Amino acid sequence: MISRRRLLKTSAATGLALSVSSIAMPAIAKGSKIKLGYVSPQSGPLAAFAEADKFIIDGFMSSSSGKEFEVIVKDSQSNPNRAAEVAKELIVDDEIDMMLVASTPETTNPVATTCEAEEIPCLSTVAPWQPYFIGQQGNPGDPGSWAPFDYSYHFFWGLEDVISVFTNMWGQLDTNKSVGGLFPNDGDGNAWGDPNVGFPPVLDKLGYKLTDPGRYQNLTDDFTAQINAFKASNVEILTGVPIPPDFTTFWTQMKQQGFTPKCASIGKAILFPVAVEALGDAGHNLSSEVWWSPSHPFASSLNGQSAGDLASGYSATTGRQWTQPIGFVHALFEVAANVMGRVSDAGDGDAVAEAIGATRMDTIVGPLAWDGAGLPPFAAKNVAKTPLVGGQWRLKDGGGYDLVIVDNQTAPNIPTGGKMEPIS
Amino acid sequence: MIWVDTIIQGVLLGGLYALFAAGLSLVFGIMRLVNLAHGDLIVFSAYMILLLVSLLNLDPFLATAIAAPLMFALGWGLQKLVLNRTLGDDILPPLLVTFGLSIVVQNALLEGFSADSRRLSAGALETSSLSLGGVNIGLMPLLTFLSAVLVIFVLNRLFYRTALGRAFRATSDDPVTASLMGIKPASVFATATGIAMIVVTIAALYLGMRANFDPTIGPARLIYAFEAVIIGGLGSLWGTLLGGVIIGVAQTVGAAINPEWQILAGHVAFLVVLVLRPRGLLPRAVD
Repeated sequence: MISRRRLLKTSAATGLALSVSSIAMPAIAKGSKIKLGYVSPQSGPLAAFAEADKFIIDGFMSSSSGKEFEVIVKDSQSNPNRAAEVAKELIVDDEIDMMLVASTPETTNPVATTCEAEEIPCLSTVAPWQPYFIGQQGNPGDPGSWAPFDYSYHFFWGLEDVISVFTNMWGQLDTNKSVGGLFPNDGDGNAWGDPNVGFPPVLDKLGYKLTDPGRYQNLTDDFTAQINAFKASNVEILTGVPIPPDFTTFWTQMKQQGFTPKCASIGKAILFPVAVEALGDAGHNLSSEVWWSPSHPFASSLNGQSAGDLASGYSATTGRQWTQPIGFVHALFEVAANVMGRVSDAGDGDAVAEAIGATRMDTIVGPLAWDGAGLPPFAAKNVAKTPLVGGQWRLKDGGGYDLVIVDNQTAPNIPTGGKMEPIS
Repeated sequence: MIWVDTIIQGVLLGGLYALFAAGLSLVFGIMRLVNLAHGDLIVFSAYMILLLVSLLNLDPFLATAIAAPLMFALGWGLQKLVLNRTLGDDILPPLLVTFGLSIVVQNALLEGFSADSRRLSAGALETSSLSLGGVNIGLMPLLTFLSAVLVIFVLNRLFYRTALGRAFRATSDDPVTASLMGIKPASVFATATGIAMIVVTIAALYLGMRANFDPTIGPARLIYAFEAVIIGGLGSLWGTLLGGVIIGVAQTVGAAINPEWQILAGHVAFLVVLVLRPRGLLPRAVD
């Protein structure tokens, strides 16, 4: 018989035993596997970002350095609160040595903040560096108060890169330089449309005229107001960062209204091939920023695979078209393996964090170095930038779309597959 | 001209909202059941149509005709086996059960269809439009609006001109007395939910052709449906159409002033109606 009293007694005793063994752990931990925690949005609205996770992690575990690691995967359910909660579980219950986190500020920020507080080294990617860095500051409005992090490191591109990629693409076409902006009232939309750090000041300098009707709410069902405003100022270039369903609504309604711009460079909404396919044939020659593609001339440091091999491996295993997050999630594990190869004690958070900061390596997303290149001084310690180019979705014979790189002025080492074409 | 265009687009948008709301209005009007899973059931039907379209290579309209009886059966079973057990004096159990259903449906769809955003393809119909004196009216929104009117008209005929409709109204007014007259409220409720699911399928067709859908998009549509029902007055189907149109026009007019006000304007219109006419514009009965 287990009485309540006895249950309490035994559980107290086992609890004690557990805590004794965990205190004794680090001494005997050497030679055992290094524990990596990985958080990504595997379910919910952001789940498309994490589609390739299993493929990438299986690949990592079967590589020679992967054998030294144990990867514990947690789902953020596309919810920032949940992300922070699972990060805490990974740190407290699973006692991980290092945290990896990917995909959108809604996932990277709560996890990085939790790691910073718990003094666990954290590496993140797939979120432009401004929302990552500034979004975690106590007072985002006051640049003077921004402080670097001790344990959180990040690699990706920034808003300034999208702006130059887009304007370079537009420069290839002969237009009237009238730009229409479709900026929603969310983190991305407000940053892109920001009069100080967003598109407006750069467009002004380059002689473009921006028509920005204002911030609309996500999941809007009607875009009459925007279409009328764009028509009135004879817009030939469209840009913005809408979510996929809104862009489909807008694009369809715009076509119904007999209005088609010469060029549409859209962030976020047309990141994934399925979202472009949802537009039917109307997605031909839409342009977008390209962070990674099979034609990027980079190779994995884990197994020597080229970008093209990784993408075709993914398609062969899953039967799905490659997507851009694949390369970056792979690179997360590349950096983790590289960093752990340079520290003597994986459990020493300070040493691991220092080793991340000292990383200089070539990965499948390009060379990575936390040396502050191309960054303002406040973000130099924690952020490493990766190259960004511009691409257009081209309709394939027999259905589906291919992403073709059409502008590489920002990263000439990445080959282009064609020239910018106007939308007909 | 821009104002005419704005209002016409708003009215057409209202048709979509009225379609979302009609099924809800029917269920709410007859059994006072607030179905929080309504939006998710619309998305569920959209996936069912998508499945038929991709498996059997059908036209979306034809696929809807096949999906509708399936959804009727599903709604009938759902009401008979699950929701009828929750109905009673307490309004909380149906709310909790449909809330749970909403989560179950979302996650089951996510498991089955992944998080990809999908769309029902209608070919050239998607982008074609009628040009009427400087105002372009998209064929798809026009078709949505006409379908909403037709759905409401048919439901109204059913409600006021058939024996089934009499049973619906009687059960709605007083289930105890109605059962004395030989009506089984449980079966009437099941049939009503089945019919509501047919309307849901039609709404799903237009939702799926208008824009992308993914498993989590349902709840966002529920709020407009609720507001349309309340603005129109409980139990009034033409009121629901009117409610949808009011929200649609409020949104487009709000957006024409400033896109930030688009969604807000719809909600404000709802609150204004609620303040001036707490029972809605066309309430059916005093209860």
